[in-house]
Amino acid sequence: MSEKKPALWLRIYTFLVYAYIYIPILILIIFSFNKQKLNIRWEGFTLEWYDKLFKDHQVLLATRNTLMIAFIATIVATVIGTMAALALQRYHFPGYGASETLMYIPIVIPEVVMGISLLAFFALIKFKLGLTTITLSHIAFNIPFVALVVRARLHGFDKSIEEASMDLGANELITFWRVTLPTIMPGVLSGAMLAFTLSLDDYVITYFTAGPGSTTLPLRIFSMVRFTVTPEVNALSALWVAVVFVILFISEYAQRRRA
Amino acid sequence: MTTAQAPGKAVRRFSLKKVLRESSVAQGLFLIGPTNTYLIVFMVIPLILVTVLSFLSRGTYGEVVYKFSIESYLRLFDPLYAKILGYSLLVGLLTTVLSLVIGYPMAYYIARAPARQRSLYLFLILLPFWTNFIIRIYAWIMILRSSGFLNSFLQWIGVIHEPLNILYTPTAVLIGMVYEFLPFMVLPLYTSLEKIENAQLEAAADLGAPPWKAFLRVTLPLSVPGMIAGTILVFIPAMGMFVVPDLMGGAKTMLIGNVIRNQFLTARDWPFGAAASMLLMFLTMVFTLYYTRKAGFGEELLL
Repeated sequence: MSEKKPALWLRIYTFLVYAYIYIPILILIIFSFNKQKLNIRWEGFTLEWYDKLFKDHQVLLATRNTLMIAFIATIVATVIGTMAALALQRYHFPGYGASETLMYIPIVIPEVVMGISLLAFFALIKFKLGLTTITLSHIAFNIPFVALVVRARLHGFDKSIEEASMDLGANELITFWRVTLPTIMPGVLSGAMLAFTLSLDDYVITYFTAGPGSTTLPLRIFSMVRFTVTPEVNALSALWVAVVFVILFISEYAQRRRA
Repeated sequence: MTTAQAPGKAVRRFSLKKVLRESSVAQGLFLIGPTNTYLIVFMVIPLILVTVLSFLSRGTYGEVVYKFSIESYLRLFDPLYAKILGYSLLVGLLTTVLSLVIGYPMAYYIARAPARQRSLYLFLILLPFWTNFIIRIYAWIMILRSSGFLNSFLQWIGVIHEPLNILYTPTAVLIGMVYEFLPFMVLPLYTSLEKIENAQLEAAADLGAPPWKAFLRVTLPLSVPGMIAGTILVFIPAMGMFVVPDLMGGAKTMLIGNVIRNQFLTARDWPFGAAASMLLMFLTMVFTLYYTRKAGFGEELLL
């Protein structure tokens, strides 16, 4: 579209929408340092809530569970999803259309339905709910997203560099490891990052597939904020935001340098 | 091939590798195999299971009885559930329309920004949404509750004297939903707006169209695929949402997502919960098919 300067009202409007997006998060962070427990007024700076957070065993356990699930789900989904992206982008095989349709399931089926269907499924095969069932479910909803992201990256892939590698005597496997994979790596990494964040963020599917002792952070935060407002959650949120922002900036920076 | 011993075995072992190396169909199947197997086991079979479940009956103790029945579907016509369903549709539609109205000018602005700034603007929209979903809702609880920031601020500047009751009302649910789903609307809108060529707008201007007319006759129709993709991406999750009503809607706000959740976890009437799920899926499918038929699946949906 054109690069003419947009109207003033449009600039102000966009600025206001950005404010709507950011103000809640800023308030959350600022009041994680507030002395007053009900955090309505600013009463002075404190790190008390952070201290409390680091001594909260349930939160620490939930953090460990969350990270473990996210790591395993991301690795498995990234490998399988990347394979699927390669298959769909470069090959034709019987059942191509059906395979492509399968990928749309998590987009067109509401999460709550996916959650209860997994719950019913695990109940039927008498699989005990816990960390394993959560991880298996996370892999399921992550695969299509990884495949979509990697596939978008493969779209502009120049096949001639692979042919060059083969002409120089490398076989398919070496060509894949030394040429194809490094080229699509940025796509694979952003697919993995998406999977990791989706996994960290997921509440609904986790809620239905969790069992005793497999509480994750979103589940824990939910039960903490259900009936009351507590600054400990602010501290947890602020830390979460900080970690996510640092990871995002590093990956943005890395991508810019590569480009 | 001079050694003739155990030729069958040697040939078979070799052939599998050979097939994989030489047949591109085999390679494709090998690559797609794990995904298809996984998704069939953990998505398709569970969904079929729910379909079957919706035609079974509930026993006295909440167990599932393997006897065919359409009673669960009939119960959905009960005025209580019909009302909840209508209400869910209303909330889903309002969330979608509000996201569209709020998101469109923003997407338009970003699409018209200098190319270098666009990715930054998009990044800034996405950034907060990489934080946790429950955390974002909690932030709004802090703002909207009766002794929260909005009320304190409005009282401080003297606009109101008594705190407004916003939290635990349908308004709060809408605020939370729109906040949650706005990026799903803005991104596809941006994708289709960004594709509009300058020449198309210039042509409209050359033919004497004032800017508002060029917008209505050129820009708006060309952004329809983005609107449709955004509508699908917002409406479907909004229809099934139960967390926002749970945390921000109070006891009064019940959506179909809450009904499904309750049937599976507290009321323990799985067949009825399954029937409600089928209805929800049916509605979102009809909705998706209707809209994609109209515009075709675009890359907007995949962003």
